[in-house]
Amino acid sequence: MTSKHNPTIHKYQLSRRQFMTQSAASCCGVAMLGLGLSLGSQQANSASEWTLRPPGALEGKHFLAACVRCGQCVRACPYDTLKLADLGDPIPTGVPYFESRITPCEMCEDIPCVKACPSGALSPALENIDDARMGLATLIDKETCLNMQGLRCDVCYRICPLMGTAITLETHRNQRTGMHAVFEPRVHSDICTGCGKCEHACVLEKPAIKILPRSVVKGELGEHYRFGWEEKHKNGGSLIPKMQDFPDRLPSPDGVQQ
Amino acid sequence: MNTTIQTTIQTTIQTTQSTRNWLKTHRILLLRRFCQLSLTGLFLLGPLFEIWWFKGTLSASLIFNTIPLTDPLLLEQVIATGTNPEVTLWLGFIIVLLFYFVIGGRSYCAWVCPVNMVTDSASWLRKKLNIKTNHSFSKNSRYWMLAMILVASFVNGSLIWEQFNPVTLLSRSLIFGLNTGFILIGMIFLFDLLVSKRGWCGHLCPMGANYRLIGQWSLTKVQALNRKNCDDCMDCFKVCPEPHVIKPALKGNNMSTSIIMNPECNNCGRCIEICPQKVFKYSSRWAINLEKSA
Repeated sequence: MTSKHNPTIHKYQLSRRQFMTQSAASCCGVAMLGLGLSLGSQQANSASEWTLRPPGALEGKHFLAACVRCGQCVRACPYDTLKLADLGDPIPTGVPYFESRITPCEMCEDIPCVKACPSGALSPALENIDDARMGLATLIDKETCLNMQGLRCDVCYRICPLMGTAITLETHRNQRTGMHAVFEPRVHSDICTGCGKCEHACVLEKPAIKILPRSVVKGELGEHYRFGWEEKHKNGGSLIPKMQDFPDRLPSPDGVQQ
Repeated sequence: MNTTIQTTIQTTIQTTQSTRNWLKTHRILLLRRFCQLSLTGLFLLGPLFEIWWFKGTLSASLIFNTIPLTDPLLLEQVIATGTNPEVTLWLGFIIVLLFYFVIGGRSYCAWVCPVNMVTDSASWLRKKLNIKTNHSFSKNSRYWMLAMILVASFVNGSLIWEQFNPVTLLSRSLIFGLNTGFILIGMIFLFDLLVSKRGWCGHLCPMGANYRLIGQWSLTKVQALNRKNCDDCMDCFKVCPEPHVIKPALKGNNMSTSIIMNPECNNCGRCIEICPQKVFKYSSRWAINLEKSA
């Protein structure tokens, strides 16, 4: 039975022209929508570089590609640190994040959020929470930091779960009094996990120490660049065999070289 | 005095009868609403009563701390970005595929998806208010949407559709108590009410398109078994969210199958309960053999 002989079916079939027009229209419409969505999401994606992600989160865009926005990490977090982004937040909706000034990461030893993640957006390769790199604590405002004024606040140093290694106190001369020391909190980027305890605990109205994305804070040396003292240390001694001693050439009174 | 009592009794009988009638013609619909609401309810048991049977959302979840579930479209998007997800996500994907292979791909739309309640009420209100304006899209638009989403995921390297996906957005908003997801849902309600009849679920939703593709060979089907009893009242066409799927089964000749084989049918069962002639019933794709041998 073909449609030719069946008027009821024939009536509901589209002509070739109708079919082509409709398909082209819906295809173009959908393509426009796709372009709109992509452009709209670009902003949210770039802004999301500034939010803090759970421990073990993949870097940059890889995280936004792997996260299925299911919220299981949020449910797994025993301290309600993690939150899901809402529509209108500057980051893609449904993606987990936390605000270190409000609720920092408590750095659970069993890392329940990573275990809960079904997609690997929070990488199971993270087995020791001390290896997490959620962000980097940065003493960004030295003009308000109490320690930098020569006072002994030390709160960020003492609250740090990796006290004495992630944040150390470096002393130098207090120029104002001329007779005391300034205990400068210094963050070591190779150890700091970015948990945010320091930012949370900072006693100022607005914190002088903040957790920022590592990609924002960290500088990077040129690949060719070498520090002489490090190379010397690695080599176990000077890389230059011996200072060469050239004969001194002093000007003689009659202008003739000796 | 007597007459008033009589009329009261009569109206009571009438109302009970009409209520019974209403229940009879809405029994599957009520069951579906119960299914849709209780699923969200199960996810809410955790945050409300600390009973963590269902964790996650409709995007991906963990049931009874053992069974992972993944929405197929989510996994497809992740793959489209060029990421290979963890085994858990794959496992959930396979479980969901098998499940919908049995109960019918688009059964998701009618029995699980929370947006279905929104668009069904828009469609109901549309009938009540007698709104005729209808910008109709091609039924194929949803497949273009699906293709666009996967291409966009590939090009952007991010699940950009998940910022706007009304299904996961509503699920997430209900389960996590987020607010602004409802703005988009309100827009879809108004779109279905004022712009396009069954516009979202019936024409545009890429999630539905994906479940339709999954249900290509699925087992559970609706069958117009007693189609010889059809008296052309058109009730089934009126309630059906995808009316084009009924015709080949109901109005086919003796040689053609009475099973609604079009995978765009979402097994909602409205035709089954509404038909005064009891033409339709739930069946399977193999029922064709039974009919032939009978």
